[in-house]
Amino acid sequence: MTGRAGGAGRAGGAGRAGGAGSAGQTRFALIGGIYSNWRALEDALSDIARRQVDATFCLGDLGAFGPFPDRVFPLLQQAGVLCLQGNYDNSLAGGLADCQCGYTDPRDNHFARLSYDYTFRNTSRAHKAWLGTLPMSRRLDVNGTRLLLCHGSSRKINEFLWESTSPDGFLTYLLDEAGADVLCVTHTGIKWRRDLGDGRHVINVGALGRPENDGTPRVWYALLTIGDSVDVEFIPIQYDHEALAADMDAERLPGEFIETILSGWWTTCLEVLPQKERARGRF
Amino acid sequence: MTTAAAVELRHLDNLWIQVSGTRCNIECRHCFNNSGLHETTFGLMTVEAVTRAIADAAARGVREIYFTGGEPFLHAQLLEMVACALTVAPTTVLTNGMLISDRIAETLADLAIAARYSLEVRVSLDGYTEQMNDAIRGRGVFRLALAGAVRLARRNLLPIITIVRTWDEADELAMLAGFTRALRDAGCDRPRIKVLPALPLGRELTRIAGLQRDECVTTAMLDGYDQDLLMCSNSRLVTDRGVWVCPLLVEQPDARLGTTLDGVERSYELRHQTCVACWRYGTICGNVSAHIEGPDITPVPEAR
Repeated sequence: MTGRAGGAGRAGGAGRAGGAGSAGQTRFALIGGIYSNWRALEDALSDIARRQVDATFCLGDLGAFGPFPDRVFPLLQQAGVLCLQGNYDNSLAGGLADCQCGYTDPRDNHFARLSYDYTFRNTSRAHKAWLGTLPMSRRLDVNGTRLLLCHGSSRKINEFLWESTSPDGFLTYLLDEAGADVLCVTHTGIKWRRDLGDGRHVINVGALGRPENDGTPRVWYALLTIGDSVDVEFIPIQYDHEALAADMDAERLPGEFIETILSGWWTTCLEVLPQKERARGRF
Repeated sequence: MTTAAAVELRHLDNLWIQVSGTRCNIECRHCFNNSGLHETTFGLMTVEAVTRAIADAAARGVREIYFTGGEPFLHAQLLEMVACALTVAPTTVLTNGMLISDRIAETLADLAIAARYSLEVRVSLDGYTEQMNDAIRGRGVFRLALAGAVRLARRNLLPIITIVRTWDEADELAMLAGFTRALRDAGCDRPRIKVLPALPLGRELTRIAGLQRDECVTTAMLDGYDQDLLMCSNSRLVTDRGVWVCPLLVEQPDARLGTTLDGVERSYELRHQTCVACWRYGTICGNVSAHIEGPDITPVPEAR
C-alpha cells in the first residue's frame, strides 16, 4: 500500500493533522513491537495525542509476549493508527505454525512457542483477519522526502536490523534498492538511528511491548519530524509495568517474561542478539 | 538426466576471507576443507589482498565479514586485518580458540568496545568433556580451546561456541545442556551456542557412510524455496588463489569464479552434495542460522 502525507494529502492518524511544530514541518509518531502490552500502548497513545502529530504509524508485531492480545486492537483502531504487518501478525493472520523469528536455540524456541501459542489462542478470529488486511510496507512522500515504513527491513519482514550489524554501506544499499530517503523499521526491540550523511536516514523505532534490555522498565517510540532536515526524537514511556506484570501472572505467562517487564533485562530470545547488544544485557 | 539449478549472487551480504588458507594447528576428524598442520592447498593471504577485498566489499554494501581458515590466528597480522574489517562491517572470526592468549583476548576485547559494529568470535568445540571433544579435534585441544573461550568471556566478549552435530537429533537437548553446564562451570557465564550440521565434505566424507554421491539441487527443489537461505545467493569467499562461490565449495575447481570480486555475481549451478546440505539446512555458515527466512516484501518504489 502506498500513502501520501504532507501538504494537503496527509495520511491522518492518531494526532490531529496540520499542527506539527513549525510551518512546513511534518511530524509522525512511529510505534512498533506492541507485543500485547496494552498498558504501555495506552500511555504512549495519550502521550502522542498531546504532541500534535500528523499521523501515527505502527510498524507491526501487535501481539506476542504480553497478556490479553485482543486489547491492543481497539486502542489502535480508535486512535486511527495506521498499522503494518509484522512477522507475528503475518503468522497469526496466516495460521502459521510459529512467529517466523527463526530461532534455532531450543530454549528460545520453547519460549517463542509458549508466547505464540498463547497469542494465537487469545486473538479473536476477527482480529486475525484484520491483521491479514494490513500492508507489509508503506511509502510516503513528504515534500519530496521519500519514506519507507516496514517491519524488519525493506527486503524481508523478519530481517533484524540491529544497530551493531547494520553497516552504513549496507543501509545505503537497502535505501538505493528501495528508492527511499528514510527507512523506518522495528522488529529488534531496540531503538537506534543512523544519519548516513547524504540526507538519508535509517530509524529503528524501538518497541512499546517490552523494555530494551537496559535494566529499566521503560519502553520507547519515535517522533519523526521532516522539514528542512530529518529529525528523530525517541520518547520514553514510563507506564504501570507492575500492573502489566500482574496481568501476565494472572494469565499464567512464563515467569521469565514477567521478569523482563519488571527488570528491563531480556531473559529469552537472546540467540538473535549480536555481541554488542548482548554484552550490554544481564543474560 | 537431472539438471542442477543455477543461483546468482543477489547481493554480497557476506564476505568470507580464508585468511590463513588451509593451515591449521590441529586436524579435526570432520574438517570440511581438510585443513591441517602441513596442508597448504590454500596459503596465507597478504594484508594487501585482504584490505583490497574488504574495500571492494565495502563498495558493494557488504553486511558482514567473516575471517576463516584453517586457523585464522596462525596469521601474524590477523588483528590488524580484523581492525580494518570492523571499520566497514560487523566482523566474525572463526577459530579453534587454542591460540587466544590473554594478550590476544585483551586486544580483541578492546577492538570490540572501540568498534561501531559487533565483533564476534566463534570458538569451535565438539564435545563438552575432554574425552568427547578430543576424540574429534585431537588430544589436548579441549583444554586450550575452553581456556581461550573463557579469556574472551571474562572480558565480556561473549564467544559463540560452534559445535558440529555429531550426535543423533534425539540427544540434542541433553547435549546442549551438557555444553551449557560445562561452559558455565569453566567461566563462560552466558554461553552462546551455535550447532552446525555435519557436512558431507573433506574428512567427514571418510567418516560417515551411506551418502548418495549424485545428489544436486534441482530447479524443482527451488520452486517456492527462499533462495536467500543459500550461501551462494548472498556470499563469496576470497582466498589467496581467487574468489570462490562459498566457503564450503572451496575444494571444487568449478566453484572458483575469478581473481577479484569483480564479476562474481554470475550464477552458479548447485551440482554438489554440499549444495544439497546448504539447501536442506539453510544459511548454515552465518552467525544466526535462519535470520532471513520469511515473507519477502520487496516493495516497489512508487512512480514519481
